[in-house]
Amino acid sequence: MEGGPSRRRTSSAMSRNRSAAAVKLVEAAPIFAALVDGTRLRLFARLCAVGPLSIVRFSEGAGGTRQAITKHLHALADAGLVHDNRRGRERIWELETRRLERARRCLEQISDQWDVAITRLKAFVEAP
Amino acid sequence: MSMTITDRIEKTVTLRAPRSRVWRAIASAEEFGAWFGVKLDGAFAEGATVRGKITHPGYEHLTLEMLVETVEPERYFAFRWHPYAIDAGVDYSKEPMTLVEFRLDEANSGTVLTIVESGFERVPVARRAEAFRMNDGGWTEQAKNIERHVS
Repeated sequence: MEGGPSRRRTSSAMSRNRSAAAVKLVEAAPIFAALVDGTRLRLFARLCAVGPLSIVRFSEGAGGTRQAITKHLHALADAGLVHDNRRGRERIWELETRRLERARRCLEQISDQWDVAITRLKAFVEAP
Repeated sequence: MSMTITDRIEKTVTLRAPRSRVWRAIASAEEFGAWFGVKLDGAFAEGATVRGKITHPGYEHLTLEMLVETVEPERYFAFRWHPYAIDAGVDYSKEPMTLVEFRLDEANSGTVLTIVESGFERVPVARRAEAFRMNDGGWTEQAKNIERHVS
């Protein structure tokens, strides 16, 4: 379903902008999905806390096989949250902050709208 | 690095009003519509689907749909919706919904209200949030107008 022709005429510039944003931001949805998994969230939190880690260092601190951890890291990478670099014979994993920042901003916008709604509700119920 | 992320939004506010008053403002579709800015076509009851036109100027062409999930008088109200489904040219009906919960608790000075919206991991909400922000000029201003009007 598309908007009516008059609507399209009056807002073609905005539609273009919005389409560009849609293409860019539809990518952010998998970020939320990837972090729902507890193990992944812990691995991710560790990267946040200590910075880039090799898979060997990762395995030392996490309760899991190197293979399982690698699988989770790849899932995080698919969501665009982390990436790895080869350094000598090792793979070093680190945060991909740009996309994460984008997803965070999205939730912040919805959060802000709730703040606005709550302000209205407060005025509504507290009115004499 | 402060890179926390979550799939839920949680808000807590203390309202200087009795719990019965706050409950009515939330669980009466008419009163909900008055502060939220939507003219709903039916009453909130468990299992009901309630629809209504947004009343914010510039957004009247949009219809909001709420699936009422739980109604526990003066304590808990929950529904599902498509968060900020603001593009009339997009059919959101096939997309998963987020869950919105209102919880009321007694407090010395009135009522503590907790609002939780969760389930963003299943929704391409990012796209919608961005579209919303791009159209935000109206909403923020309108919010101030309503606040002035009711207070």
